[in-house]
Amino acid sequence: MTVVTHEAGAPSGAAPPSGDPGDAIVTHGLTKRFRGGQVAVDALDLTVPRGSVFGFLGPNGSGKTTTIRMLLGLVAPTAGDYSVLGMPLARALPRVGALVEGPAFYPYLSGEANLLRFDAADPTAAGATARTRVGEALERVGLSAAAGKRFRNYSLGMRQRLAIAAALLGPRELLVLDEPTNGLDPQGTREVRALVKEIAADGTTVFVSSHLLAEVEQMCTHAAIMRTGNLVAQGTIASLNGGLTTRIRVETPDAADAARVLDALGLADVRSAAPEVTAELGGQAPEEINAALVREGVAVRGLAVVRPSLEDVFVGLTGEGFDVDG
Amino acid sequence: MSTAETEVDVRRTPGLVPVTETMRTVEREPGAAPAGPPAAAPPPSRPVAAFWRLLGSELGLTFRRPRNQVMLAVLASVPLLIGIGLRIAAGDEAVGGLIGAVAGNSLMLTFVSFSFLVLLLMPVSVAVVGGDSVAGEAGAGTLRYLLAAPAGRTRLLAVKYLNAVLFAYAVTIVVALSALVTGLVLFPVGPVTLLSGSTVSVAEGLLRILVTVGYVGAGMAALAAIAVALSTFTEVSIGAIAATMVLVIVAQVIRAIPQLDFLAPYLLPTWWTRFDAVLRSPIDLAALGQGLLVFGAYIGLFCSIAWARFTGKDITS
Ligand SMILES: Nc1ncnc2c1ncn2[C@@H]1O[C@H](COP(=O)(O)OP(=O)(O)OP(=O)(O)O)[C@@H](O)[C@H]1O
Ligand SMILES: [Mg+2]
Repeated sequence: MTVVTHEAGAPSGAAPPSGDPGDAIVTHGLTKRFRGGQVAVDALDLTVPRGSVFGFLGPNGSGKTTTIRMLLGLVAPTAGDYSVLGMPLARALPRVGALVEGPAFYPYLSGEANLLRFDAADPTAAGATARTRVGEALERVGLSAAAGKRFRNYSLGMRQRLAIAAALLGPRELLVLDEPTNGLDPQGTREVRALVKEIAADGTTVFVSSHLLAEVEQMCTHAAIMRTGNLVAQGTIASLNGGLTTRIRVETPDAADAARVLDALGLADVRSAAPEVTAELGGQAPEEINAALVREGVAVRGLAVVRPSLEDVFVGLTGEGFDVDG
Repeated sequence: MSTAETEVDVRRTPGLVPVTETMRTVEREPGAAPAGPPAAAPPPSRPVAAFWRLLGSELGLTFRRPRNQVMLAVLASVPLLIGIGLRIAAGDEAVGGLIGAVAGNSLMLTFVSFSFLVLLLMPVSVAVVGGDSVAGEAGAGTLRYLLAAPAGRTRLLAVKYLNAVLFAYAVTIVVALSALVTGLVLFPVGPVTLLSGSTVSVAEGLLRILVTVGYVGAGMAALAAIAVALSTFTEVSIGAIAATMVLVIVAQVIRAIPQLDFLAPYLLPTWWTRFDAVLRSPIDLAALGQGLLVFGAYIGLFCSIAWARFTGKDITS
C-alpha cells in the first residue's frame, strides 16, 4: 500500500550523501504470483548500482513489466522485499520518473495539459514552476511544437515521446523506462538512446527494460537477463560478455586454405563453413592475420572481428533463441 | 538482428548518433556535482497546497469534460421545460393542485423540479461521474501514472470522492438555479404557500430552497460514495455506472412493493424525496436530520469499502 507521508521539517528532500550512494534498486527474493496462479516473477535478486544505465532484458512475458510495477508500488509482491533509492517508497517515488508499459494519457487533453495533470499528482512538485518544467520536458523530447495538440491526435511516436517527457518532469535520481523505444522510428530510437545517455551523464540512474538485445548492448553499462520470471544473469555488459571470446571471421572462396593459415597462426577453434572461416582471435592482431592470409594467396573478401554479443550470452545461458525483432 | 560488425561500428563511432537540437542538454546548475545523483532536490512538500492542486486538476477535468457539461445542460433544461409546460397548462383558467401551486408562486417550481429529477436524472449524472472516477483512470491506464507520480492511494481516492461530491452539489445547484430563474420569469413572485396551507415570505422561501439544496446534495453525495466504491472494482467505467444505476432502480422497485415496506427506511431514494420536509411549517427538522444520518451512514460505509479495496488493489491496467 502506498500512503504518501510527509515528514515535517525533514531536510526537504535533500539528495542522499554522495559519498555513499548505495544502490538505486535492490530486491531480495522478489516474487509475484498472480491470482490465476501464474508466477510472473520468481525470487528475483536484483542490484542496480547508482549511476548505471541498467538494461533489463527478457523476451515477451518474462516478467519485466511486472517487476517494474512492483518497484513502483503498483503491484504488491507475493514474497520478498525491495528498496528504491534506499528510502521508503513514498519518499522515493517523486525522485523516480517512470514509463510503464507504454504511454497512457487523457485523449481529450493537449500534451501540455496532460503533463500538468500528472505533475499535479506529485505532492512534492510545486505548482508555481509547473509550466516551466512541463515546457522543458516537452522540449527535451522534441515535442514543443505539438504541446497544444490534443493527445488523441498524436502519432504513436509522439505518444511515446510524451510518456518520456512525463518521466522527466522533475529532478530525477532514477528513471525507470519500460521499453522506451517501442513504436519509435529509427530516428526516434536513436534520439531516445542519445537522451538516455545524456540523462545518465547527469548522474541519473536509468533502469531500462527491453526485449531488444542490441539496444541494451548499445545503451547500457549493466544488464540483467530474465527468462520466464527468473533472473539468469546480471552484471556489467563487459562481465556478461566476458564469458565468451572474440572471434575473427574471414570471408573467402578459398575456405580450406584460409583454415590452414589460421591454424598455422595458432588460432584456436578454427571452424570452416564456406564461404566463411572463423576462429578465436586470442591476442592476435587482425591486420597481421590479414597480411598472412594475403601472403599465402588466400582471396580475402571480408574480414571481421566478431565481439560476443548479448545475444550470444543469452543463448549461452539459456540454450534457447531470443525473439529479437531488431 | 543486425550483424555483429555493425554494432561494433556503432559503438566505436558515437558520431553516428545524431543529437538533434531538441535533445540539447538543459543547462546544469553551476556548482552541481557532475557525478552522483542530481543535486537539485524536490522542493519542500506542502501537503495541503498539493492536495488542493490535485483537487483543482480533478475539478478541471470533470467540469471541462464535454460529457459532463452536456449532463449539466440537460439537467438545467428540465426545470425550464416543466415551467413552460405548467405555464401553458395554467394559462387557461384557475387550476388547483400542483399546477395551481406553481402557477401561483415562482419559488414552487424549484421544489417541483427536484421531485421530478431527484429519483432518476440527478442520480444518473452523479453515477456517471462517480462510476468513472477510478475505473475510467484504470481503463485508460492513467491510474498507473498517477500512482507512480506518486499521487498516493488514499490521497487520490479522497480527491476522487471529493470531486464527485462537488459535482453532486453542482448538479443540485444547477437544477435549483434553473428552476428559480424559470420560475421568476414565468410566474408571479410572492409569499409561498406551504403544504400545510400556511404561507411564508419570499425571503424565507429562498432560505428553504437553500436548505433543500444542502439536503438533496447530501443525498447525491451518498450515491456518489456508492458509485466511487463500485468504481474501484472494475476497469470499465460503464460497468460501475450501470451497477450504481441498477442499485438505484432496485431500490425504487423495492419501495413500490408493499410487502417490502420494512426495507424502505434503509433505502436512499426514500430519503431523497424527503426534502419535502422543508415545505412543512415549521420545517420538519427531524425528518431531514434522519435523512442526513442515513446519507452519512452510506457515505461512511461505502467510502470504507472503496478505501479498503483501492489501497489493497494490484494496479495491472
Ligand atoms: N494481471 C495479470 N494477471 C495474470 N497474469 C499476468 C498479469 N499480468 C501479467 N501476467 C503474466 O505475467 C507474465 C509476465 O508478464 P509481464 O507483463 O511482466 O512480461 P514482460 O516481460 O513485461 O513482457 P513484454 O516484453 O511482452 O512486455 C506473463 O506471463 C503474463 O501473462
Ligand atoms: Mg512489458
